[in-house]
Amino acid sequence: MLMAYIWVGMLAVSVLYGCWAGTVPAVSAALMEGAAAAVELCLSICGAVCLWTGVMELMRRSGLADGLSRLLAPLLRIIFPRSFADPDCAQALSSNFSANLLGLGNAATPAGIQAVKHMTRLGGQCAGNELCRLVVMNTASVQLLPATVAAVRAACGASDAFDILPCVWISSLVSVSAGLLTARMLERGNP
Amino acid sequence: MSALIVPVLLCSAGIFALSKRVNVFSALTDGAREGLKISAGMLPALVVLLSGVYMLRASGALDALCGLLTPLLEYMGIPGETASLLLIRPFSGSGALAAGSEIMRQFGPDSYAGRCAAVMLGSTETTFYVIAVYFGAAGVKKTRHAIPAALTADLCGFIMAALTVRLFFG
Repeated sequence: MLMAYIWVGMLAVSVLYGCWAGTVPAVSAALMEGAAAAVELCLSICGAVCLWTGVMELMRRSGLADGLSRLLAPLLRIIFPRSFADPDCAQALSSNFSANLLGLGNAATPAGIQAVKHMTRLGGQCAGNELCRLVVMNTASVQLLPATVAAVRAACGASDAFDILPCVWISSLVSVSAGLLTARMLERGNP
Repeated sequence: MSALIVPVLLCSAGIFALSKRVNVFSALTDGAREGLKISAGMLPALVVLLSGVYMLRASGALDALCGLLTPLLEYMGIPGETASLLLIRPFSGSGALAAGSEIMRQFGPDSYAGRCAAVMLGSTETTFYVIAVYFGAAGVKKTRHAIPAALTADLCGFIMAALTVRLFFG
């Protein structure tokens, strides 16, 4: 429902502002232009998105995702000490983060939900500290190859669609650390 | 340097997969079929949202909003042109893609604002959607400190996006 309010709000603001600023003809033309531009955008990034989901599938099948899970385990053990004591939960957490890193959104969410279910089984009904940490880590995307964004850049005619990689990595790392740090500070006094 | 990262990564993934006796070609085509579904699934929301973004911009309201937020954003080192992206990012993934692609198209993908928009898209997530999915799965109503912590992470991601683009592309 939230999106419904946002969209109607966008329209209402456009029409009202358009009447006030005298830009109504442009607003009416833009409606159709935007719809056409969406199809154009979708078509122009479709090839790159398909190629990248292909590469992701290749990484998953060749066991790179599992290897990454094992590499991540020591780090995750520090962040989730209680949940990691449970082998099933540890497994779900590791595959959630390795899938996120590789951009396997379709694999990350089920694994994450699995981890959440194990966590609630281990620690009652309230949102425990480790559950909050899991959510914060998932809301701050840490992704090795932001494929869709690169596809959009390529479609817009970027000289090198992936030249933003170092910026994306640093920004993601800082943002996830800041999120975890904030969570750590706010969780004081609660179990 | 960065031009090497992707081809080398792809090539080593291919060689590694072959050494594991994975059928590289069918893995790629099966995955690409999934990509087709993702692209097709993206289209309806993108049509609706991009028409909204275009209307906002054509009416002049988007520029006015950006102008209003620019002093606050520039204080944090964030370009004012990305205001629309920042506002919709935590709520809607397709909305953010619509807003971000519009910034890249309007100012150019290699411009400062265009690059910032791309890095912002790549380094943050649809916060409220993720929170709804995970807390919904846990059957938990009280989200405690998850929302403030996640939004702090988003804000840091935005500030760092602008900062790193300035550092790397000056």
